[in-house]
Amino acid sequence: MIRFDGVHKRYPNGREALCGVSFAVDSGEMCFLTGHSGAGKSSILKLIALIERPSRGQVFVNNQNVSGIKRRGISQFRRGIGVVFQDHKLLHDRPVSDNVALPLIVAGVGRSEIDKRVRAALDQVGLLGKEKNRPLELSTGEQQRVGIARAVVAKPALLIADEPTGNLDPDLALETMRLFKRFNDVGVTVVIASHDVHLIDEVGARRIVIDAGRVAAT
Amino acid sequence: MSLNAYFARHAQTLIGSLGRILQEPLAALMTMAVIAVALALPLFLNLFLQNARAATGNWNEAFDISVYIDKQASESRLQAIAKQLRARDDVATVRTISAEQALAEFREYSGFGKALDALTDNPLPNALIVTPSIVASTPEGTDALKAAIAGITDVQAVQLDSEWVKRLHAMLVILRRVVLLTGGLLGLGVVLIVGNTIRLDILNRRAEIEVMKLVGASDGFARRPFLYSGIWYGVGGGLMALILVAVAAAVLAAPVERLALLYGSEFRLQGLQWAPAVVVVAAAAALGWLGSWLAATRHIRAIEPS
Repeated sequence: MIRFDGVHKRYPNGREALCGVSFAVDSGEMCFLTGHSGAGKSSILKLIALIERPSRGQVFVNNQNVSGIKRRGISQFRRGIGVVFQDHKLLHDRPVSDNVALPLIVAGVGRSEIDKRVRAALDQVGLLGKEKNRPLELSTGEQQRVGIARAVVAKPALLIADEPTGNLDPDLALETMRLFKRFNDVGVTVVIASHDVHLIDEVGARRIVIDAGRVAAT
Repeated sequence: MSLNAYFARHAQTLIGSLGRILQEPLAALMTMAVIAVALALPLFLNLFLQNARAATGNWNEAFDISVYIDKQASESRLQAIAKQLRARDDVATVRTISAEQALAEFREYSGFGKALDALTDNPLPNALIVTPSIVASTPEGTDALKAAIAGITDVQAVQLDSEWVKRLHAMLVILRRVVLLTGGLLGLGVVLIVGNTIRLDILNRRAEIEVMKLVGASDGFARRPFLYSGIWYGVGGGLMALILVAVAAAVLAAPVERLALLYGSEFRLQGLQWAPAVVVVAAAAALGWLGSWLAATRHIRAIEPS
C-alpha cells in the first residue's frame, strides 16, 4: 500500500526533516508513526498525501510513485486518501453535514447519494442528529469526529491522521483510536502519527519509530 | 458526473456566490458602485455620440446639391433629369427651378432688379435642388452621388458644400475613438477592480481553499465560486451604470429639448435602448468574470495545504 525507499526531505529553510527513510505498510494494515515532536512523523504523512514532495528517494502509494504525479493529477490522487488533522481543519461557517459532504461534493457525487453517505458517516462516528450544528457548537472531541467522518465519507482505501488525539482527554483519545481501529477492521489501511505511547499500546498495532528523520525501529 | 448534476452544481455555486456577496451588502455595493462609475462614463459618452449622430443626421439632409443644367437643354429635358434622379436610392427629394423662376427669385431678393432689366437674355440656367437620402449622408456617399449626377448628359455643373459634412463626420469619428479608448481603459479598470476584490476574498478564505484542496478539489473547482462572484460584481456594476446614465439622460432631457427648440428643431434626447442595455450588462459580467479569473487563477494556484 505504502512504500518509502530512501526518502530524504529538506525544506526550503534548510531543515533536513527526513534522512533516507525506508519502510512499507501493507494494504489493510494499521500502523503508528511514533517519535518525539520534530522527529519527522508529519513530514512522512505530508509526503503520503502529496502535500510535500521528497527531495530524494521514492514514495509509493497504491503502487504509484507519487513523485511522478503532475500538479493537475494531485486532486484526483488526494480523493483516494482520507486525512485527519489534530486541529480538525473544519469550515466553521458551514454546518457539520456540509463539512462532511465536502469530499463528495468535490468528487461530483449526486445530492441524494451525498445525503445518504453523510448520514452513514456521521452514524459511524456517533454524530447522527448533529448535521445542522456548526462545528463551534460542538465539543473538541465531537469536532474531531466530524473530521474523521469527513475523512472516511468518500470510502478511501487509505486513512492517515496526524496527532488526531493531541487535543483530547485520555478517554476521548482512546475512543477516537478505537474508531480508527473499527475502520481498519473493515479493510481501510490506517497510518497514524502519534507520540502517545500508552494509547498506542492500548490499541495494539505496529509501530514505526522515527527519530531525527530516520527510522529507528519498525 | 451526469450533465444534470453538473449544471445543478454550477447553479448551486452561482446562487451560493451571490449569497456570499450579500452577506456583506455594503462592501458589495461599494465595489459595484466603483464599477458602475467606471462603466457610466464611456456609456454616457456613447449616448452623447448617438444623440449627436441623430441630431446631425437631420443636418446632413439639409446639405442640398445644386445641379445646373446646360442652357441649351429644354424644359422637358430638365423634367427628365429630375425624374431620373428621383428614381435613385441615394436621393430623397428633387426640386426643379426653371431659369425664369431663378431670375424672378434673384430679382426679388438680390436688390439688383433694375440692373437685371438691362439684360436682354436670362443668364441663369435651369437648375435642380437634390437632397441626398440617409444612404448618401456620409461624405463618401455624397461624393459618389455628386459624381453620378455630374455624369448625366446636359448637366453642366454640380455644387455641394461637402466640407461641412466632412468636418462634421471627422469630429464624430474622433468622438467615436474617444468613446472606444475611454471604454477600453475603464473596462481595464473594471477588470482590475474586480480582480483586486476577488484577490482579497481569496486571501480571506485561504483556510477554506486549503481544506478543499486537501479533500481533492482541483484549482478549477476552488476557483469556480470566485468566478461567479466576479460575474455578480459585473452584473451589479453594469445595472448601476445603466441607472446612472438613465438618471443623467433624464436630467439633461429638458435643457436639450429647450436648446433644440431655439434652433427650430424638434430633437429630443434619446435614452439607452433595451438591446444596448443588455449588451452593457453582459459586457460588464464578462469583464467581472475576466477580472476574477485572472486573480483567482493566480492566487488559488499559489495556495497549497501545509
